[in-house]
Amino acid sequence: MISDLFSATVLIGILTSGIRLATPYLYAAIGETFSQRSGVLNLGVEGQMLLGAFSGFYITLTTGNLWLGVLVAMLVGALMGLAMAFVTVNLHAQQGISGIGFYLFGLGMSDLLFQKLMGTVETVQGFPKIYIPGLSDIPIIGEIFFSQNILVYGAYLLVPLAWFVLNKTTFGLKIRSVGENPEAADSLGVSVVRVRYFTIILGGTLSGLAGASLSIALLNVFQQNMTSGMGFIAVALVYFGAWSPVGVLGGALLFSMVNSLQLWIQVLGIPVPSDIAIMMPYVLTILVLVVTVSKVRAPSALTKPFERED
Amino acid sequence: MQSRLRALFDALMPVIATLAALAVGAVMLLFLKVNPIEAYNSLWNGAFGSTNALAETLVKATPLLLVALGICISFRADVINIGGDGQMIIGAILGTWIGLVFVDMPGWVVITLALLGGFLGGAIWGGIAGLLKAYFKVNEILSTVMMNAIAVQLMNFLLRGPMIDPSQAQKASKIPQTARLLDAFHLPRLVPTRLHLGVLIAVVLAVLVYILLWRTTLGYRIRAVGQNPHASRYAGIKVQRYVVLALFLSGAFSGLAGVVQVYGVNYRMITDGSASGFTGAAGFNGIVAALFGQLHPILSIPASILFGALLVGANSMQRVVQVPSALITALNGLVVVFVVSSEVWRRRRQRRKLAVVKDESASKPEQAKVPIEEAER
Repeated sequence: MISDLFSATVLIGILTSGIRLATPYLYAAIGETFSQRSGVLNLGVEGQMLLGAFSGFYITLTTGNLWLGVLVAMLVGALMGLAMAFVTVNLHAQQGISGIGFYLFGLGMSDLLFQKLMGTVETVQGFPKIYIPGLSDIPIIGEIFFSQNILVYGAYLLVPLAWFVLNKTTFGLKIRSVGENPEAADSLGVSVVRVRYFTIILGGTLSGLAGASLSIALLNVFQQNMTSGMGFIAVALVYFGAWSPVGVLGGALLFSMVNSLQLWIQVLGIPVPSDIAIMMPYVLTILVLVVTVSKVRAPSALTKPFERED
Repeated sequence: MQSRLRALFDALMPVIATLAALAVGAVMLLFLKVNPIEAYNSLWNGAFGSTNALAETLVKATPLLLVALGICISFRADVINIGGDGQMIIGAILGTWIGLVFVDMPGWVVITLALLGGFLGGAIWGGIAGLLKAYFKVNEILSTVMMNAIAVQLMNFLLRGPMIDPSQAQKASKIPQTARLLDAFHLPRLVPTRLHLGVLIAVVLAVLVYILLWRTTLGYRIRAVGQNPHASRYAGIKVQRYVVLALFLSGAFSGLAGVVQVYGVNYRMITDGSASGFTGAAGFNGIVAALFGQLHPILSIPASILFGALLVGANSMQRVVQVPSALITALNGLVVVFVVSSEVWRRRRQRRKLAVVKDESASKPEQAKVPIEEAER
């Protein structure tokens, strides 16, 4: 039975679904990377994802328009981000705790809306697979990388884009300086408030999109608490990836590949208790954090509210 | 006089925050075409309307208070423990196992052992996160989240396999639950309601945690580490050790909450696959209660009762006016956001006071800071 794991079809299957499964983590964790690089820990990602997943699904269900669903999910996430920005930037609220507040709000709100507007679990026709001409014909590689749906491609394109913005543009420099030394950035005329507003709202938007990618591109259903901790994992992946988009990609892929492996172990009926298998990615993440985290330094101003000395 | 008014205003802040959240809730109810007065009336009756309702509220408040006590300790040490759910589960597993194995022992012995087991189980689960933070610099928010997920799967595994109710193991349904604890092992009831001894235990522990934090050197050091780890280190406090201790104790109280839930209410462990299926999200709601009680163990008592009441009342609201109890989860979130946001006024005033002190003792401006924050607490 174990040998089944090493047949070509199964290996391709594991890689293909691993690539797919990383999608929501990538969106959410890249967004979180931006806010943390500017010094703000957003722990409300899970709540933003849940509301994004619900609104994206509901709009698609009622209008049949997938792109409208994506748009609304991003808007809802952006609104949650706006609220979070106001609370943490203007009111200097403790970031970790207000994040938990936003998580509970999103958890309850998405459940409430689901029960009131839908009542039962329904399914939609999600984003279809797009076979990239030429590339998808390459044996094995084509199947794994170039036969996915548009939101999956989007998530992977986001990584180099985020890297470029953070490391090669003036705006990225502003974000990083605000996260490392807001006082110095402020004295050089960078608006700490504006930069943080931007990154937190961007984080919310991408978290909303992450939720939608789950409900209308990967699973094509909405259920109460369907993210079940994915938003928190996304936050963990930012630490894991040492605050760099490429590192985040590595973490998301590792986590998703192990997850995909355990799903396939269950599909193949290999006698590992499913509960123990589901545990694997979490245990692995802790182990990798132990090995890597101590070597990298977090943005200096992370979780510290900025206040001008008058 | 003015300062007393301000102190009163500070104390009332959480209440104002709750009222604000309920006001937002009223608007949401109007959108759902439900009369808010009717809805809140059913919430009130469900929570306080009868002896039974009141007892249910107190029973619901108990795990919240126990988790909140642990949160008071860890947050005071500036350690964010969001692993309450996982620590409850591990505590409950260990405590339940004791009750299922030592069937020949007298009830009070087993109950005592089980409570200790729960305490220890949660403490180990929290302590692991503490060790990871202190010696490997793994952020505790992340490790406790991961440990929650691991605890849930461990529970699912044990309840489906090694710890499954023998009668369920033979049935086709195989409901993932343990056998029921012997009647002799149930926590004694206090009055002819579901009110059990755990409620009293929690209140006594609240007093003990207060004494620990404000009347012992250990507690002083825990708070010192939270206020200023660098100064604490210069003062010779082994900061890492206190970080581990804070998470160890914080986990212990959550573990106790888990075992009290089994021995006082459910009499067995059962899983629906999720953490909140067992804990009722007490690991998170306990944080809310502790914050609401301004991280003070004694103030956490009324705070836990308030949130216990909201949770119990939410069920009756669901029955009477058909509003999903999820509304209350959302409102709890808003309460947290409002409470942490309102801190801004208190801090602003503190800084103004500080500025005055700085002017008066211009020679030692840096040292002025610590005693003032100390006095505010």
